[in-house]
Amino acid sequence: MKLSIASGKGGTGKTTVAVSLALSLASAAVSPLFLDCDVEEPNAALFLRPEISARRDVGLLIPVVDMARCTACGRCAAVCEYHAITVIGKQVLIFPELCHGCGSCTRQCPERAIHEELNVMGSLEKGITGASAVEFFQGTLNVGEAMAVPVIRQLKAWAIPPDVDDRPVILDAPPGTSCPVVETMRGADAALLVTEPTPFGLHDLRVAVEVARDELSLPVAVVINRDGVGDDGVDAYCAAEGLPILLRIPLERAIAEGIAHGASLVDIRPEYQSKLAELWKAIAELQ
Amino acid sequence: MKQLVILSGKGGTGKTTVTAALAHLAAQDRRIVLADADVDAANLGLVLAPVTEETHDFTGGRIAVVDPAACVACGRCAEVCRFDAVRPGDIYAVDPIACEGCAACFYECPAEAIEMQPQRAGQWFVATTRYGPLYHAHLFAGQENSGKLVTLVKQMARLRAFDDEADLLLVDGPPGIGCPVIAALSGADLALIVTEPTVSGAHDLERALRLATHFNIPVAVLLNKSDLSPAQTAAITGYCTTHSIPLVGRLPYDPAVTDAMVRGEPVTAMAGPVADALREAWSMLQTTLFVLKPAEE
Repeated sequence: MKLSIASGKGGTGKTTVAVSLALSLASAAVSPLFLDCDVEEPNAALFLRPEISARRDVGLLIPVVDMARCTACGRCAAVCEYHAITVIGKQVLIFPELCHGCGSCTRQCPERAIHEELNVMGSLEKGITGASAVEFFQGTLNVGEAMAVPVIRQLKAWAIPPDVDDRPVILDAPPGTSCPVVETMRGADAALLVTEPTPFGLHDLRVAVEVARDELSLPVAVVINRDGVGDDGVDAYCAAEGLPILLRIPLERAIAEGIAHGASLVDIRPEYQSKLAELWKAIAELQ
Repeated sequence: MKQLVILSGKGGTGKTTVTAALAHLAAQDRRIVLADADVDAANLGLVLAPVTEETHDFTGGRIAVVDPAACVACGRCAEVCRFDAVRPGDIYAVDPIACEGCAACFYECPAEAIEMQPQRAGQWFVATTRYGPLYHAHLFAGQENSGKLVTLVKQMARLRAFDDEADLLLVDGPPGIGCPVIAALSGADLALIVTEPTVSGAHDLERALRLATHFNIPVAVLLNKSDLSPAQTAAITGYCTTHSIPLVGRLPYDPAVTDAMVRGEPVTAMAGPVADALREAWSMLQTTLFVLKPAEE
């Protein structure tokens, strides 16, 4: 099963749950795949501390113009939906930060004057976490680059083999509900939404449910973190929508302090190992 | 008119709580305009009880739609699509969620069976609050172009700030460092980065600071939940000192913050240690924004 862990609101505990879930499922027989898809701010490595064994640059193929063949006809600029290429007089200007790498300008150039080169936007890394045998992958968007989606797309293509079968795959999503979250969830079998019982948590849980359940038709379950703060709005909403709440993690200073120092939830409270293994089974049954 | 943008890198560190509090404090003796640049999960309105004055549609990019009657199922669209958005079959179709609107299939289809259609991708709003006008938006679930919508919201808020002769445009930013954050940062006079003393908070603070520096925006840091970890607090404080980044305040962890959110009030509406620290932070920010001249090049 491929499970995406998302939230809408940031800082609700996505990475806390994702990391400890991977550690809880890992055994001599099972090596879960863990993908940190929050490529803008990847944090799971701070908790899983993998030994990195491979690294590669990723980005998009962007156009390069051979000025000896270019007639400045303007066809490339006319077909670019992103205004990433423009022709002024005899000059062609390319704006790599606007280019989505779709290849239209290259294909449409009547003089075949355009070829493509990789514009590096970030990197992918993989490794293994010590004794726990979690196979770890992360993407990192370079600071100053705007587009997270190509890094996430290539991370998934690199990490998830077509014959992944029954191995657990855990995708730790970025916050929000726009394209990077959708790219993380696409092709997943279910979504686990981590929230907190506050008005902000509830508002953002609703929008996350719209994406996961309503747009992508995924089975959805909920984890309530910092249980005990705020109000009962999240409980009432989940009951009304028929969303199962599979785990509650109470607000406890010892948990917050441990996580502040890079400990995982199952290090701090080993009893969550069996709770998270149960949660995994319960999600598998939702499908 | 000065523009202050609240960022964090990591989500959930308290950007919106801080923005609402600064709005409350700033509005006591200045004219302000507010913009919520988190268009995925806009929360500022939950604290400011906005009354909506205007609602506008936001048209994002266009997406490809296949006319089933004209499709000859040649598969050319699937060959040229680099976003895995074409679903093959007896008749081909485009997945509207995966489509990035590049129009490659539109140009390549030999049967001219593909049309590019504009998408209603979200809405943006003008509202009034007790502290000043609020510009905010909602990007529909799963849509692209959040950076464009952030740019639009900020542009409208800026124009309003000029019209109203406001002193301050206060922008609540989104988490991360990607396109909506870059859009939120653009044109800022100062970025206030709210962080927390955790390994994740420190890691993400460093990336957010590098982003602001990349775009030549001056920065200040506010440490939330500062008593959670003395070791991480010391690390972040040391980092700020080493890099000459002003640390404008440390807010202790206090359940009063959540209580204020549940009541729909800024945390500065009641007295307490967090409110005191925020008042002090605002006074330092005011000095930076309105009194000090930027350093000569």
